[in-house]
Amino acid sequence: MAAENFEKNVDRALADAQLRKNFAFAMGNFILKRKAVFSDAEETERLRALCNAIKQRALSRLPELLEQLEAACTRNGMRVHWAETPAVANRIVLQIIESHAAGRVVKGKSMVSEEMHLNAFLATHGIEAVETDLGEFIIQLDGETPSHIIVPAIHKNKAQIAKIFQEKIPGAPYTEDVAELTAIARRTLRRKFYEAGVGLSGVNFAVAETGTLCLVENEGNGRMCTTVPPVHIAVMGLEKVVEKLDDLPPLLRLLTGSATGQLVTTYVNLITSPRRAGERDGPTEVHLVILDNGRSRIYQDPELRQTLQCVRCGTCLNHCPVYTRIGGHAYGFVYPGPIGKILTPQVEGLQKAGELAFASSLCGACEEVCPVKIPITSLLRRLRDESYSGEPQGIVPGRGCRQNVTERLAWKGWAFLNTHPRLNRAVTALLGMAGEYLPPAGPLERWMRYRTEPEFAGKSLHRRVKEEGIADE
Amino acid sequence: MTTEFSKPSKVYFFGTCLIDGFYPDAGLAAIRLIEREGVRVVFPSGQSCCGQPAYNSGFPAEARAVARRQIQVFREDIPVVVPSGSCAGMMKHHYPALFAGDKDLPQAQAFSGRVFEWSEFMVRVLGARYEDRGEPLRVTWHSSCHALREMRVIEHSKHLLRQLQNVELVELAGERECCGFGGTFSVKHPAISGAMVNDKVDDIERTGAARVIAGDCGCLMNIAGAGELRGLPFAGQHLAEFIWERTHGG
Amino acid sequence: MSETARDRILARLQGAPRQETPRPESPVPAAAAPDRDARVARLKSLMEAVRAEVHVLPAAEWIPRLKEVLGARAIKTLLYAPDTDLGFALAEAWQQDAAGLPELVAYADPVESFKERLFGVDAAVTAAAGAVADTGALILRPTAAEPRLMSLVPPVHIAVLKADTVFPSLGDAMREGRWAEGMPSNMLLISGPSKTADIELTLAFGVHGPKELIVLVLE
Repeated sequence: MAAENFEKNVDRALADAQLRKNFAFAMGNFILKRKAVFSDAEETERLRALCNAIKQRALSRLPELLEQLEAACTRNGMRVHWAETPAVANRIVLQIIESHAAGRVVKGKSMVSEEMHLNAFLATHGIEAVETDLGEFIIQLDGETPSHIIVPAIHKNKAQIAKIFQEKIPGAPYTEDVAELTAIARRTLRRKFYEAGVGLSGVNFAVAETGTLCLVENEGNGRMCTTVPPVHIAVMGLEKVVEKLDDLPPLLRLLTGSATGQLVTTYVNLITSPRRAGERDGPTEVHLVILDNGRSRIYQDPELRQTLQCVRCGTCLNHCPVYTRIGGHAYGFVYPGPIGKILTPQVEGLQKAGELAFASSLCGACEEVCPVKIPITSLLRRLRDESYSGEPQGIVPGRGCRQNVTERLAWKGWAFLNTHPRLNRAVTALLGMAGEYLPPAGPLERWMRYRTEPEFAGKSLHRRVKEEGIADE
Repeated sequence: MTTEFSKPSKVYFFGTCLIDGFYPDAGLAAIRLIEREGVRVVFPSGQSCCGQPAYNSGFPAEARAVARRQIQVFREDIPVVVPSGSCAGMMKHHYPALFAGDKDLPQAQAFSGRVFEWSEFMVRVLGARYEDRGEPLRVTWHSSCHALREMRVIEHSKHLLRQLQNVELVELAGERECCGFGGTFSVKHPAISGAMVNDKVDDIERTGAARVIAGDCGCLMNIAGAGELRGLPFAGQHLAEFIWERTHGG
Repeated sequence: MSETARDRILARLQGAPRQETPRPESPVPAAAAPDRDARVARLKSLMEAVRAEVHVLPAAEWIPRLKEVLGARAIKTLLYAPDTDLGFALAEAWQQDAAGLPELVAYADPVESFKERLFGVDAAVTAAAGAVADTGALILRPTAAEPRLMSLVPPVHIAVLKADTVFPSLGDAMREGRWAEGMPSNMLLISGPSKTADIELTLAFGVHGPKELIVLVLE
């Protein structure tokens, strides 16, 4: 995705008054909700430090924990698969579905499955992937991708959703009543749960100690997908493994509070094995697909590795002044918002996605609320450094892709000026006299699209200080 | 608030490049207000920029060169007072990272330990008290991101503001939201930056304030410039300049 | 043996520069754990806030209360687990007098041959293995006798909970129950009826899980 694409997306989003209204309303709501559920500042900071430590510990032992997880899950009767790329993961999922001659799979919400572009892949093989999370269901009907990690249809208001239901669901009347819309979704999807031969889900946390998959949700569609069909496929990024069951309570508290402002979700689903002998329901086959897709490469760099601490709560999106104004689709990739800005350039490369790392004022609102204390602004800076670095190719694909003579000279000139005080004073004095005659081009022109021209002071502070007789040393 | 530190006899003042070139009155006001408390201010002429523009833009080597110069210039073991949360944050919190693995890391760390944001210094070290001599005025306050999240000095700034008896402080609904300056962000992503600053301007307009006060001149240049382009009547002013005006007659 | 994706992924991870960090310290509880009545009160308050209906009553009265709860709704069929203490007590009570009560439907067959009936019952009654007071959730431990879908498919779910099994926190429940020593095939926390806020952040209940959750807390 070249820079021009992103700029176009941004312009379109900023001009869409309805979109901005929808997002401003939703994000404002999320911010208040989070504040309310984390009202004890000291306790919240303690929890954040704890979850940061839990994640850092798990990451520091990642290969061991993945092996332990695999062994435990296998002992429990699950089948564990490893996929280096989305293409491989898709084929694994396809193969499982085809081996059961299923024509349809019901899906719980899974951002990893979005990373895989699984639905489109399955469609080319004649398999229908039915999204069952209400937000995902809505956007699937409209042929769109999610615009938020937690509430995929947040960019739509009631009227827009009412229209989609009426047009795309046979027999559905036009109604903007939320209870009625929800009832329509329930009726429509109930049949699909009933008939599905395969259910697919993501994984919030995979516990290595016991081989347990932990899934959280409010609607019940996740439990439907993972319990009704005879086959359950769980897909997860390899960074989702945690060491012990004991790690779950604080992680769940922060994930849930950060994502939706709740103390606990309606359901916390702990899956440890397929149906055991004598049991009457639950899938008879459970598969876990562990996806790499660049994560093991990110892992090589101790600083950038912190990106993998993410629990996909979405709160960084909610607090981001950029995301609030441009919405999720403008980013052009699966993960929007601050996490998207640090993750995507590392996975897709700086040439394709590096622009995202610059689309931030580094305000730090995201970092302040991240439940696992990812130093997002530092990682954004690191990606900016990588974009201009003249060092040989490192871990982040596309190092140095932004190098250009103009900027290099400009910053070298800036550094020269700021390390040569007498020259600096002379230039400042010149600007004080003639700054207003600078042609409104380049950065100045872009500044002045939204602001009046800055006025250089007739006498600089250096000069005034000297005149006032303030000591030099 | 009782002071946490004993009063030094002299301090360095780091003016910042924005104040030097665009808002020298703010710098002078800040210096005078320190001197008023009986502290000698030293303004080394070798100072320039904290290095943040390059640091945030992907040019750490250039940032380091400029930062190194500042560390050399402010070499005496006395406090360095900075009238900007952004520059203070750079010097206090980012210099150690910038010099990781560098031979000057110990000096950078020592330097960082001496950095104070101006309002923080006035409150925590000098316990400054003010008598308002101005006419009744409604103002609002903008919290710059670095002052808020890195330096955590907003309460100190507001403490100073609230001492001015004839000043009515009406807080912004989105006080903590970024104004969209972000240094080069404002010219690299002008549309997003523009959307952010215009929302901030709308917010200020809703308060009916005659002035928006802030501790960062980058934010002020951004916000006041946007308000002016829209023909709105409010002005922007640095906290130090505002206090000087209110206490000593503008 | 040829190299697999697994081998390659693990090799990359193992080859990365890293230093094992210590296990974080377990949090020290701030105050003494609240007493049982306080825990029950908190559980009730939190669950009611998300539209669960919570009754606290002496253990001996649970069947009459259940009958009241059923009578207040148009429930014609009640799914239950015959091979549990709860199920046994229910069957006995119904045998004595089932006038005006829903028909008891036993979940006695594998779901493959029971699915249509399962998706058609009006309500289900299960035990709860415990509860967590600080966040307001029931702990359910499906078993061979009390299958998973009982607490998911029927539109009304009635859970019977012993007040003594309300833990202060999930961590307490895990430690006291020694979950790490052996997890059942499926374990659940349930905090209320199913809900969503996906449409304009407006709360709507009864999406895919039960529309109603009724809890009988037995003292």
